[in-house]
Amino acid sequence: MQRYSLLNLARNALRGNKDWRAAWRTPTPKRGYDVIVIGGGGHGLATAYYLAREHGIRNVAVLEKGWIGGGNSGRNTQVCRSNYFYPASAAFYEHSLKLYEGLSRELNFNIMLSQRGVLSLAHSEHELEINRRWANATLMSGVDSEILSAADIKKLVPRINLESRYPVLGGFIQRRGGIARHDAVVWGYARAASALGVDIIQNCEVTGFQASAGRVRGVETSLGAITADRVVMSVAGHSSVLAQRAGLRLPITTMALQAMVTEPIKPALDSILVSGAIHAYVSQSDRGEIVIGGAADAYNSYAQRGGLPVLQGTIAAVLELFPSFSRLRLMRHWAGMVDITPDTTPIMGLTPLEGLYINCGWGTGGFKAIPGGGHSMADTIANNRPHPLIERFGLNRFENGALIDEGAAAGVAH
Amino acid sequence: MLRLACPYCGVRDQPEFRFGGQSHITRPDFEVSDAVWADYLFVRDNLKGMLYERWLHEYGCGRWFNVARDTATHEVRAVYRMGEAKPMFHHEQASSCQQTAKVGAP
Ligand SMILES: Cc1cc2nc3c(=O)[nH]c(=O)nc-3n(C[C@H](O)[C@H](O)[C@H](O)COP(=O)(O)OP(=O)(O)OC[C@H]3O[C@@H](n4cnc5c(N)ncnc54)[C@H](O)[C@@H]3O)c2cc1C
Ligand SMILES: [Zn+2]
Repeated sequence: MQRYSLLNLARNALRGNKDWRAAWRTPTPKRGYDVIVIGGGGHGLATAYYLAREHGIRNVAVLEKGWIGGGNSGRNTQVCRSNYFYPASAAFYEHSLKLYEGLSRELNFNIMLSQRGVLSLAHSEHELEINRRWANATLMSGVDSEILSAADIKKLVPRINLESRYPVLGGFIQRRGGIARHDAVVWGYARAASALGVDIIQNCEVTGFQASAGRVRGVETSLGAITADRVVMSVAGHSSVLAQRAGLRLPITTMALQAMVTEPIKPALDSILVSGAIHAYVSQSDRGEIVIGGAADAYNSYAQRGGLPVLQGTIAAVLELFPSFSRLRLMRHWAGMVDITPDTTPIMGLTPLEGLYINCGWGTGGFKAIPGGGHSMADTIANNRPHPLIERFGLNRFENGALIDEGAAAGVAH
Repeated sequence: MLRLACPYCGVRDQPEFRFGGQSHITRPDFEVSDAVWADYLFVRDNLKGMLYERWLHEYGCGRWFNVARDTATHEVRAVYRMGEAKPMFHHEQASSCQQTAKVGAP
């Protein structure tokens, strides 16, 4: 792997930047691998990386039907935080955030993690109460959290209109929360995995599975059959479609989640602001764009584009909080197909088909979970049992009733 | 925007409606395995293609009805009342089966 450093940058600049090599190899697929990862999003690539890096399993292929990061990992609004309500979730997301904190160095790739604080707003007395309870639950799980008054919020976010249609009465903040560059996370993992021997194969769609005696033996793809005794699915919004090919039905609903950016402006907003009550969140990217998102379109969709009503509602909510943003033009808006579970907790671990593993159900909030998801899935595959941090996230929870209802923490908050 | 034809009120914009998930689900007997019960409670058809679903005309007549919609194109292939059998479609004869087609340009 060609290391990125100041020295290398200068050396290449002097040579006219002609000697940069591709960040990852583009191999033709082999007949078989030890592990096949389906889906070249952040979760699939991170899983492949940690398999190679932590478990010495390097004969691995990542099969991606389009281009890596073309799914939700390249379409999200980059919010990273770990202030989930239940201990099982907080422990997992905190593990992920800690991995993010060291990731630029580990991957030798600047993922531009910017921990400028994720601030949740309360618009009523009842919400203030719930916010306090939430912040305290977070503290009990060992995750940083701080309750803020309306005056504190005004100091942090001078442009905010506290007297909006739904007045801002207070809130709480995770100061270690923030944003990271989503493409950089995908590319950083891809480059590091490829350097360790992982084959990243783009434009290769998995169309079915090969199985015998209750065990997976490989996959059928648009480039032919490829064998592997261990296969992991991390295909987000397409999980139900692919699982059906393996004879599995999943408790997942695929919906469109939209986001949008304005034209870039000078620094105007430092924290990431989230409001569950008015269904909107907003931040400013390093490029200066105001990034806006809201709730998912509330009906099944594979259309890869959203509807106008949610867009309008989200924009209206943000303009109440920031009237001055009404002068900005929207540059782009888009949608991703998100995989939502009944309790908005992911589904990770083993499946009834031996050798087939699953990592999905990230819904509107799995970007922050990429390092933790990849790390714990690799361990789960290497040892054929759920990693301790994801024991509660298995498919069997829908049968035994041990759901982890993070609806409030994962709904709009992402 | 998705536009749906309520069988009672006619064509309206999507914000008047609430989505009610997959239709035609029958509750199994109580004496079934946890797996069958979990499937009934939590698992729904989530395929790319035709979905038989319920909608409520919340800000209108307040009544439920069924819709057959393609989840990839949002094409509405049929609207029919609660209690009616679901219409069957064959890929080949797609257009000939079109009933009260209300195409919501996505
Ligand atoms: C608008 C939006 C905003 C979001 N904001 C946030 C946020 O602020 N914070 C946060 O934490 N999360 C956020 N999320 C959620 C987050 O983006 C996802 O949960 C996360 O990226 C999921 O990663 P993944 O690797 O599982 O899926 P993806 O990145 O979607 O990767 C799955 C890949 O599988 C491929 N694939 C599918 N089927 C096949 C097949 N048959 N064969 C081969 N490949 C296949 C797809 O092409 C895709 O590239 C947001 C999502 C959206 C859409
Ligand atoms: Zn009506």
